[in-house]
Amino acid sequence: MPVVRGNASLGSRSFDVANIAFLLLLSLTFIYPFWTVILQAFSPAEEVYKIGLHIWIDDWRFESFAFVFQEENVGLAYVNTMFRVVFGTIATLLVTFSGAYALSKRNLPFRAPITALYLMTLFFSGGLIPTYLLIRGLDLVNTRLVLILPIAIQVYYIIIARNFLMTIDQAMEDSAVMDGAGYWTVLFRIMAPLSLPVIAVVALWTAVSHWNAWFDALIYAPDKRLVVLQMLVRDILNRARLREQLDGFVEDLDRFGLVIVPPESVQAATILVTIGPIILVYPFIQRYFVKGVMLGSLKG
Amino acid sequence: MLAGDSQTEIQHALRNQYKHVMRRQTLRRVVRMRSFYVLLSFSLALLIVFKYVPIYGALIAFKDFNVVKGILGSPWNDFTYFKRLSVDPFFVRVVWNTFWLSMLRIVFAFPAPVILALLLNELHSNVYKRAVQTVSYLPHFMSWVVIGGILREVLSPQRGILAYLFETVGLEPVYWLTNVPTFRGVLVVTGIWQGVGWATIVFLAALSSVDPELYESAEIDGAGRFVQAVRITIPAMVPVIVILLLLQLAKVLDESFDQIFILYNPLVYEVADVIDTYIYRSGILEGNYGYAAAVGLFKNVAGLVLVLGVNEVVRRYSDYGLW
Repeated sequence: MPVVRGNASLGSRSFDVANIAFLLLLSLTFIYPFWTVILQAFSPAEEVYKIGLHIWIDDWRFESFAFVFQEENVGLAYVNTMFRVVFGTIATLLVTFSGAYALSKRNLPFRAPITALYLMTLFFSGGLIPTYLLIRGLDLVNTRLVLILPIAIQVYYIIIARNFLMTIDQAMEDSAVMDGAGYWTVLFRIMAPLSLPVIAVVALWTAVSHWNAWFDALIYAPDKRLVVLQMLVRDILNRARLREQLDGFVEDLDRFGLVIVPPESVQAATILVTIGPIILVYPFIQRYFVKGVMLGSLKG
Repeated sequence: MLAGDSQTEIQHALRNQYKHVMRRQTLRRVVRMRSFYVLLSFSLALLIVFKYVPIYGALIAFKDFNVVKGILGSPWNDFTYFKRLSVDPFFVRVVWNTFWLSMLRIVFAFPAPVILALLLNELHSNVYKRAVQTVSYLPHFMSWVVIGGILREVLSPQRGILAYLFETVGLEPVYWLTNVPTFRGVLVVTGIWQGVGWATIVFLAALSSVDPELYESAEIDGAGRFVQAVRITIPAMVPVIVILLLLQLAKVLDESFDQIFILYNPLVYEVADVIDTYIYRSGILEGNYGYAAAVGLFKNVAGLVLVLGVNEVVRRYSDYGLW
């Protein structure tokens, strides 16, 4: 926190101006790429191919969105994505907090070796190929479960949650037990409300990572019926790249008036459809994420 | 003599008795706390299936793996894959690329959030600071699929803003993503763009614990802002910087898979192919499971050695380890 300085020197003041200007410019580099995507999605064809700074368009078109919703499986991809976000988050929360609560009990026999068993997986893993063969062996390929179950176990979250639960006063729990509360009552009526901050952080982290996940979908669920938004974007972008390699093809089609919506607009529209929900909730949730980083940096 | 003997005997008996009682008590505690083991079982089952079974599955690196015979039934292969690995020019290339990219990131990307935190710390307006931070986190919340799509537009030699800026100063457009000399730079810079905002959080947190009176008394002593930054702000960040730097060093073999996988193409494999992308292509695309598992095992064992080594160094030179 900088101190408010009474009579700042000329050097100090010119530094302030330069600093503010630099950070403004930096902020623009974060915003501009996203802004061009928005413009590109709504631009008429002739605007899309215009080289230069794109700051505003006068003629907002919605054809690209109509095209995306008609031609591509956006609806299906939304449903599939929402499915993994909702059930994936619930699964991770249940697995994380049941494990963390048990491991937070200081008098649980064999607590130390079991915790070590969890921690060890943070430093060593079997790798991609054995995991892939396991998933195939378990017949989980092309199921909805494969996008949820293998990543429901997040050791890092379990450790964070355990450390948080350990800071909750044991006396609170003991008195509830004395009053005749069972373990489940204690868990849901006392521990859960008290650990709400960590629950919120883990839930948000998990939800966003499920929303953004694509590699597991690529290798474990390539079935078209299971397509998630990120895979849809990837396919559309890849197709566009292939098309770019067939130079002149697009221009030819254009001459015959076959391409009404420029492919670049379609790509941009798909990207917007995919990141839209995140951008909308982003201003409200980002401070929880920051809180989460702080929780994670507490050592236990 | 006799007394001594019986004494040790008594001690021995007592110790046995104690052990016995302890064991019975432990057992009783296990029974009493059984609900907690039930709670634990969900995560423990998933941990064993999805974390420990693959470690066992890594055995296929030493086997002539045959799906029908299974892992144990398949014959040992006399280290065929590891022998092949040591002469595979592509393996040498991907290890080198991984190491080289990590080093570039440590030199150029690691200091970026430290500098940004310093600059943000010098702002007088909290509102402006918050706004810059919020905007800078944005790319962190996007997948590399989306970021790749956006970057492709920004870097496009035909339509991109960079091509436009180059044109206005009379330079030729650059094919950033298909050009060997530029690709590494693109990876480092886009990596900074994506991660710098998020990475400042830890550094700013370290600064928020600095006592404002330190700055005030420095002010009274006539220290300028530069001196204050060098003497107060930077030292406050040093412990965090050291820990994060060591963690980075321990992870030199973990290159950012998503980023490279999305941005690279065969034209730049020469500099962009890293261990993880090689495992993906040779294992999952080409079906060389045993060989790719051997590459993965090499990476994981070397990674573990690095982490343990770094932790040992830290333990030796300070009071606490990394964990």
